[in-house]
Amino acid sequence: MVELQGIPVSPGVAIGPALVLDAAGYRIPRSLLAADEVDAEFARLRDAVDRVSNRLESNRLETSAVAGEHTGDIFAAQLQMLHDPRLQAELRRRIQEEHQSAAYAVSRVLHNYAEALRKLDNPLLADRAEDVLDIEKQLLFCLGAVSESRLLDLDEAVIILSHVLTPSETANLDRRYVRGFCTETGGPGGHTAIVAKGLELPAVVGIGNFLDQVGNRIKVIVDGDRGRVILDPDAETLASYKKRLKARRSLTAKLSELRDLPAETIDGTPLRLSANIEFPHETTTCLERGADGIGLYRTEFLYLSSAEEPSEEDHYQAYSQVVREMDGRPVVIRTLDLGADKMGHRPLAEHEHNPFLGLRSIRLSLRNLDLFRPQLRAILRAAVHGDIRVMFPLITTLAEFRQARMLLNVVAEDLEESGTPHRSNIPVGMMVEVPAAVMMLDRFVEEVDFLSIGTNDLAQYTLAVDRSNEYVADLYQSSDPAVLRLIARCVEVAKEHDRPLSICGEMSSNPARALLLMGMGVRHLSVPPSSLLRVKKAIRSVSIGQCEQMAQRVMQLEAARDVDLYLLDRLGEYVPELIVT
Amino acid sequence: MSKALCRTVVVSNPQGLHARPADLLVRMANQFESVIQIGRGGEMVDCKSILSLLTLGAALGTELTLSAEGNDAETAIESIEQFFQRGFDEADDTQSAPARAGSDEVRETDPTSPA
Repeated sequence: MVELQGIPVSPGVAIGPALVLDAAGYRIPRSLLAADEVDAEFARLRDAVDRVSNRLESNRLETSAVAGEHTGDIFAAQLQMLHDPRLQAELRRRIQEEHQSAAYAVSRVLHNYAEALRKLDNPLLADRAEDVLDIEKQLLFCLGAVSESRLLDLDEAVIILSHVLTPSETANLDRRYVRGFCTETGGPGGHTAIVAKGLELPAVVGIGNFLDQVGNRIKVIVDGDRGRVILDPDAETLASYKKRLKARRSLTAKLSELRDLPAETIDGTPLRLSANIEFPHETTTCLERGADGIGLYRTEFLYLSSAEEPSEEDHYQAYSQVVREMDGRPVVIRTLDLGADKMGHRPLAEHEHNPFLGLRSIRLSLRNLDLFRPQLRAILRAAVHGDIRVMFPLITTLAEFRQARMLLNVVAEDLEESGTPHRSNIPVGMMVEVPAAVMMLDRFVEEVDFLSIGTNDLAQYTLAVDRSNEYVADLYQSSDPAVLRLIARCVEVAKEHDRPLSICGEMSSNPARALLLMGMGVRHLSVPPSSLLRVKKAIRSVSIGQCEQMAQRVMQLEAARDVDLYLLDRLGEYVPELIVT
Repeated sequence: MSKALCRTVVVSNPQGLHARPADLLVRMANQFESVIQIGRGGEMVDCKSILSLLTLGAALGTELTLSAEGNDAETAIESIEQFFQRGFDEADDTQSAPARAGSDEVRETDPTSPA
């Protein structure tokens, strides 16, 4: 049994057999050979090399016949790579001397070459890395180590173990079979984490190097509550986790009874409780759990989860579906928040040294109007079907907000002129995610219809921590007193100017932090569907006075850790049912 | 023991030492039994290994050291040097004239003497 500690990003417990993916998503058994298996393994490699060689040769002949000798030469070069004496010597050494399995040796050696080619400052050669990886894939296929499609051919429940999972890979996980995942990299506020939460997949990220300790199929427990991953658990541990899994299920059943009850404190202070979604189909869960509306619809996932760039019609269909299903409840659409760790189909910004300080989000939208315009048109068109509101992300300066709003007006005029059905009198808000916007908020409130604080980015930019950087991810805490002070300032300004304010970051999904925000005067939270009932349960268990007391006490603390410990303590006192052990 | 021959060659085709010329270079090197090495900055790689050649990342104008050791070293080094001078025969598209970067920069050196 091995216990690993990482960062919990999506709650819950999952138990199942491991499916280990390498960086490119192939399965590589990282097994070592017994001494008497070495010769047979090397023979297997020789056989695989011969088969791939034959295939490349016939590719070369066919392609030359169809497209000319020059094009066919691509395969000649691949053949040359396959038979490269250095490559073959290294494979032989790894198998015969280090007793590595052929598949593992192939994967490591070819990846190293591909990596070396990628690093060259020469695009033509960097592209050859693909050829090298293609050879790897074919060899692994012949060795029976991979199936041609990676995550698409699952036929049993698994836990995914990987160096990294991108948001789109996570979004495309087959939920029928994938029970949870853990990755070596990643941080608490990354978008993979958000997607995992949306899919309600227990997940632990930022574990550091551990994949070389794992073989496929060994039993794994993912503890998404405490950030723990247990490999090959002993009977006692397994039994205790199975018990927890059962306890969680019964808690879920109990919470579902709260569905139609209002989110209000014991003494009747109401809270608007909305949901954050990435995909239209999530509205079903939101309604099942009694959400008051959609407080944050993250539209960029339309980009990240489809093979092609979405058209205006795709946007329109998605938004219409959401607003129709929410049946009169407000739906706040956030415009594209691409860039940094969320890239779409075309390279919108290349080689940024600090992508989180770079061309992302509203900045990227304003520079790529061919991307932005169809979305704005779709939003206004879908608004005829219900209560749609729009907000712009990462607004830093007044000029940015004005520019975005003006573009919305222009788009509305276009729709008007062409006689396309639409509705343009929708509320226009901004996300407060940059300290600069907080400092200038008294000016912003004169122009915006509503405010929504994105605590993930606000924490990242306040604390100068790249939340996806595993080296500093532990410094990223949305409960840091500095962040709390900025939030307090926003609440104050919003109140003064009578502007609706909500909090839609991950912060509000934590029941204890939700109570704190309530105590700070926030009356509208938007949380992932998975947290709706837990937050509601917490709110319904306290008085507003207790929340305010918590807030007063917390504002005297100095560190995120102290804040969280104190909050956890109070939660245990007021809502012990929610503390899952 | 036979003495290693050593020369400096220059990459003279616009696209540099990419996959196709590297493939041809390996095939040419394989016709000789001599040990042939190529590289720069003291880092020499096997000229019969295409992956090693590609990872040199040699672009247009890159100066490379070429060495050959063995019975047919002389012929080997001549052939390869000429192949560099002809711009790896990549003339199909535009430039058919051999690149100029050749002969006056080529010198024969004794590898034991400091470069």
